Amino acid sequence: MQDEALHDLYQAVILDHARNPRNRRRPEPCSHEAAGDNPLCGDRVTVYLRLTDVGQIEEAGFDAEGCAIAVASASLMTEVLRGASEAAARRLVVAIEALCAGRELTDPGEDRESLDRLCALSGVRAFPMRVKCVTLAWQTMLSALEGTDRGSISQ
Amino acid sequence: MSGRARASIADCADEPFTAGRWRQDFPILDRSIRGRPLVYLDSAATTQTPRPVLDAMRVFAERSYANVHRGVHTLACEATEGFEAARARVARFLGVASPGEVVFVRGATEAINLVAASWGRKTLREGDEIVLSAMEHHSNIVPWQMLRAATGIVIKVAPVDERGCLQRDEFASLLNDRTRLVAMTHVSNVLGTIVPIADVVRLSHAAGALVLVDGCQAVAHLPVDVQALGADFYVFSSHKMYGPTGIGVLWGRGDILEGMPPWQGGGEMILNVAFEQSTFKRPPHRFEAGTPAIVEAIGFAAAIDYLEQVDAGRAGRHERALAEMAEEMLAEIDGVRVLGGAPERTGILSFVMSGVHPHDIATIVDRSGVAIRAGHHCAQPLMQRLGIPATARASFGMYNTHEDVEAFVAAVRGVREMFG
Repeated sequence: MQDEALHDLYQAVILDHARNPRNRRRPEPCSHEAAGDNPLCGDRVTVYLRLTDVGQIEEAGFDAEGCAIAVASASLMTEVLRGASEAAARRLVVAIEALCAGRELTDPGEDRESLDRLCALSGVRAFPMRVKCVTLAWQTMLSALEGTDRGSISQ
Repeated sequence: MSGRARASIADCADEPFTAGRWRQDFPILDRSIRGRPLVYLDSAATTQTPRPVLDAMRVFAERSYANVHRGVHTLACEATEGFEAARARVARFLGVASPGEVVFVRGATEAINLVAASWGRKTLREGDEIVLSAMEHHSNIVPWQMLRAATGIVIKVAPVDERGCLQRDEFASLLNDRTRLVAMTHVSNVLGTIVPIADVVRLSHAAGALVLVDGCQAVAHLPVDVQALGADFYVFSSHKMYGPTGIGVLWGRGDILEGMPPWQGGGEMILNVAFEQSTFKRPPHRFEAGTPAIVEAIGFAAAIDYLEQVDAGRAGRHERALAEMAEEMLAEIDGVRVLGGAPERTGILSFVMSGVHPHDIATIVDRSGVAIRAGHHCAQPLMQRLGIPATARASFGMYNTHEDVEAFVAAVRGVREMFG
């Protein structure tokens, strides 16, 4: 029996990023970093960013211990963040939350290309208990931008 | 006691297959999940409730419900009698001297907090030591840490080996004349290890320490005779033994309970209140401030009736046999490793799969109707000891069957296929 929701969640892109995470490293030098965890399930992620003086993300990396969804989300995130402006990164966090909640995105504008790639994460909307697996990396990235040490997703 | 449990576990192969008969008492097991029959393998988190328990609560709520104690009207009398009869039922189940030693609490967590806050704060002083094991549930760790912050006690941790067995000699070497309490689980909620509690009690008492036993994972799966174990406190929750949530038991030796101050103040627990001073009831009511879980107490007593009919030892042997069957079948799946391996275990099976996080396993098998749990199971120190962040855990109850094991293993095989 084909389980479409399940295959949507664990689609090839996700499994690929989970098995072979991209940018799983701390860029040197690194201007912003933050650690986040989800105490409920024990997932942990650290996000590293190098921003230019004008707020452009030159490099993004991460380290994570967690499920396939959490690792794939962090990995995909670092890919789309490279070269993005800080403002775009913040917009993407809002967009990801909407994507996971199954809400329609209003005009994606200049973020269209990034969002097309991140659509691979949208399968999680059929699994409400797993949404935090996707959002952990993004919330932690926001903490890094804001200079707070530690993001924690509480239940 | 642990000797008896050992002998009975070894007999499991000869046990006639009886789960089918028990199974029909559990209405929820008729449910299907996305078109598949529910395969409920999360009984260590909470057991499902059989119809006689649901019926007892419904009949009581429809006919006899009122607040307990002090009332003089008919319903208040019936409710009080039912509530106190439930207490006596628990005492009989535990084989203890008096219902007065049975304190109703919300659950095992509250029971441990009660002992820490009342006995602990009154009795323990800076430098006094308590000993826990490395496989405690957080509920048997955090209350003692809070007590440590308040009093300056020292917490020592008895190690477990690779198989998840308490290391007896290392444990014994932690005991000394400063040890005041040993607080230990009867059965590990992660690995199913049955701890030789009678032995722990002997060693602890010889050192002059009291023993608190967390019996949550034991009472529905082993015959438990608290007198024979010799412990000083024994705590457990109704919802892990086929009863409702919201009620559990602190059993304590009568002379110890007598010496303990109240931990929460309010109605039900007082003899007399004046603004100058109030006087308190004797145990157990001294520790039961406020209106208790009355309907749940009725259900709890019915659950004990039910469990005794089935026989916890017989259910436990059946569950262990299923866990062993599952373990053998899982071994054939590439990259699956079952954790623990204590000679004496209940029907709890924790495993990991190479390259796949336990949460992914649990999500995927759920799509086939298989309910298992994934995570640290509120035992993070044990996860550290095992060197893993989390496990997937299947835990069996009296109602599980061979078919459940087959469905579970097939679903886990599906995870392997999906992740490659």
